[in-house]
Amino acid sequence: MKRGKLLFVIFMGLMVIPSLVLAQTPVKGGTLTWGRGGDSVTLDLAQATDGESIKGGIQVLENLVIFKKDSMDVEPQLATSWEVSKDGLVWTFKLRKGVKFHDGTPFNANAVKVSFDRVIDKNHPFYKYGTWRYPALGLGPVKEVKVIDEYTVTLRTEKPYAPLVANLALWLCPILSPAAIEKYKEDIGRNPVGTGPFKFVKWIKDDQIIVERNDDYWGQKSHLDRIILKSIPEVSARFMALQSGAVDIADDLDPDSIQMAKANPNFKIIERPSVNIGYLAMNTKKPILSNKLVRQAISHAIDKQTIINTIFRGLAIPALNPFPPSMWGYNFKIKDYEYNVQKAKDLLAKAGYPKGFDTELWAMPVSRAYMPEPVKTAELIQGYLATVGINAKIVRYEWGVYLDKTAKGEHDLCMLGWLGGNADPDNFLYGLLHSDNAKPPAANIAFWENAEFGKLVKEAQTIFGKEKRAPYYLKTQEIFHEEAPWVPLAHSTIVRIYNKKLHDVPLRPNGLNSFQMIWKEK
Amino acid sequence: MARFISRRLFHLIFILIGVSILVFLMLRLIPGDPAHLLVGELASPQDIARIREKLGLDSSYVYQYFIYASNLLKGDMGTSIRSNVPVSQEIFVRFLATVELSIAAMLISSLIGILAGVISSVRQYSIFDYFSMMMALVGISMPIFWLGLMLMYLFSVKWGILPMMGRFTMGLDYHVISGLVMLDSLLSGDIQLFFNSVKHLILPAFTLATIPMAIIARMTRSSMLEVMSKDYIRTARAKGLSRGTVIFRHALKNAFLPIITVIGLNFGLLLGGAVLTETIFSWPGLGRYVVDSLSARDYPAVQGCILFFAVIMVIVNLTVDIFYLYLDPRLRIDGKG
Repeated sequence: MKRGKLLFVIFMGLMVIPSLVLAQTPVKGGTLTWGRGGDSVTLDLAQATDGESIKGGIQVLENLVIFKKDSMDVEPQLATSWEVSKDGLVWTFKLRKGVKFHDGTPFNANAVKVSFDRVIDKNHPFYKYGTWRYPALGLGPVKEVKVIDEYTVTLRTEKPYAPLVANLALWLCPILSPAAIEKYKEDIGRNPVGTGPFKFVKWIKDDQIIVERNDDYWGQKSHLDRIILKSIPEVSARFMALQSGAVDIADDLDPDSIQMAKANPNFKIIERPSVNIGYLAMNTKKPILSNKLVRQAISHAIDKQTIINTIFRGLAIPALNPFPPSMWGYNFKIKDYEYNVQKAKDLLAKAGYPKGFDTELWAMPVSRAYMPEPVKTAELIQGYLATVGINAKIVRYEWGVYLDKTAKGEHDLCMLGWLGGNADPDNFLYGLLHSDNAKPPAANIAFWENAEFGKLVKEAQTIFGKEKRAPYYLKTQEIFHEEAPWVPLAHSTIVRIYNKKLHDVPLRPNGLNSFQMIWKEK
Repeated sequence: MARFISRRLFHLIFILIGVSILVFLMLRLIPGDPAHLLVGELASPQDIARIREKLGLDSSYVYQYFIYASNLLKGDMGTSIRSNVPVSQEIFVRFLATVELSIAAMLISSLIGILAGVISSVRQYSIFDYFSMMMALVGISMPIFWLGLMLMYLFSVKWGILPMMGRFTMGLDYHVISGLVMLDSLLSGDIQLFFNSVKHLILPAFTLATIPMAIIARMTRSSMLEVMSKDYIRTARAKGLSRGTVIFRHALKNAFLPIITVIGLNFGLLLGGAVLTETIFSWPGLGRYVVDSLSARDYPAVQGCILFFAVIMVIVNLTVDIFYLYLDPRLRIDGKG
């Protein structure tokens, strides 16, 4: 009897072990269905500004460099190595050999030149085929692209520009087949031809995009046969699609669905801190808000932790600097303005407004990861301000109008946020807070102009090496904290919910997720 | 008849000119800058200026309209600001999806609506009458959004009988001929695809059909009641015609004018796209496209869609009028004049 039991245990053990081992070995094949909120606008990522376009395009296209899997440092992709000249103006990239685009065109220095020139050179014959976005974030600083030989290319900037290599890892700088660009002209965004692990197959507008494995891929070939990106605009329908097994991954679920998914053993969930910020900007050009003491008082009056617990359902961390702590150059020494009604009242009295004042609080009309429920958030903030005597009227506009009017500086207090794709502090500090960007239409919607801050940010752009640049950024954050042009509210956590049959599902904070490594149990 | 039709089509030209000017102005008078929306939260002033220039938004309205109208005359509706694709192309593919859904919904709503209305009228004040008219009231007042999600939850998630979204099973290999999935499946002899697409159509079409169905049922009932009290019906009965002949040949045919108007009007509206139903069932139709384009201030796309709707409404109305002529011979005389 005992022996029988033992044999049984051994037998069962033998049965279980292989399946455990198997479970860890990637399975080749299968189709991944990916439910998301909207369709892509274009798959030519040099023309893309929206997350849905990036999700599709990044499967097909590759860049010279790519962010590492677990950090925001860059590593080679289509370039194998690079160096910058002593004067900091010329970047030389050595390119990977033996790589072919999906249409068979060989990848070489000319492909890089064509892909970049069409964006930066107004006289290039392909310039007119696209609407090139965010040049300041991407190839804007590049003045000339030169082919040195078949596999060497140089990029020249006007001024030394340290963040360049991080820019090149962004979605905005993909390398496309020059033959395909010429063939498809303005339709290239619907027929992307890159070098990536997946080939573009078909796009049915507002419905689905299909990509399939590139069997000639130069690197680790994908496990999946194909990916279907399915647009399911209604969030409840998207969650139902996940529950019914119609999709394997459901993006951008609401907090209630996330709670339900957490309780369901059929789903897996990953959470990561995002490289974003949601903030309340105070228009420093308005007489009352131009007073630093008033801005500090407002900073003391708002209870961020409650906002995070209620609005973000805990899926965020309180923000105190303009960019999140997961990025290099973050100043950990800064202590946040603690939530303290009395301090806020004292500061207001000191500023000459013991009874408070009337103001407008502009609420974003759309929800974003960094601001999931903007109107409720505005109502909370309104309540906090009321306790210190500030009477804030909530103002709402439609999104286009909101962006337009805030860029013109018509607001007092307004809410906005930013997702910093290249995870370079410059991206936040220069773009959102520098005086260069404080003129309408402004991205610096606090219209805050601080000479010392501006000088430090500009200098840091021209210095190479994170270690050398970091001290500048530590100092700028001190100035920002003292001057308080914003109340930084939260850095949200991003969540991915998927069927437990999937493995190696990536979730990068910057949203640049290639699904190359995913595999699916049969 | 030919003169009637050609005169109506001639009117269409003026309608289109009027609509194009109205839409053009309205879009530009509502605040919101497409260039800014295009580049999003972080747009440098240079980016915005560059894109405005590229889109031709920096010139005067008169000049912009002139360019727009002259392109329109050449059959060019412009290029979408968002996607950089010709608007006519964007509209066409989505319109086919909308057509499929609208026809299915109109078939369901007309068949059930007319039948329920006829039975209600011949059995006035019966249980069936009360029940069907109450259902019609429920149908009109029911939030489409709620109904769609409930149907989806019950039939797709809970019971797993019907697919929950899209026009056919995701990733199914489908060779596009006309763009109408059902028609294409028949043309290529792919029976499996045909049933697949029919199954996908059931939930969204039924959801979309509820409101028109209710309207048609009520309209049929009241119109039938009116006709049934007419002298010629009494005469028909007196002649000893069977009940069925009286109801369907004599009464229904005469009661049809207001019904056909309602059907036509609703069909025209459906062809403009049904935002809610399309959103719930991930149906890639025109309704969602217009709303998305409007919120992105995609001027050419919105202009194109509205013009397109205007044409459709005119054509649908024309068809309804032709039906009138067929149904009511008295109108033919006026039609000629």
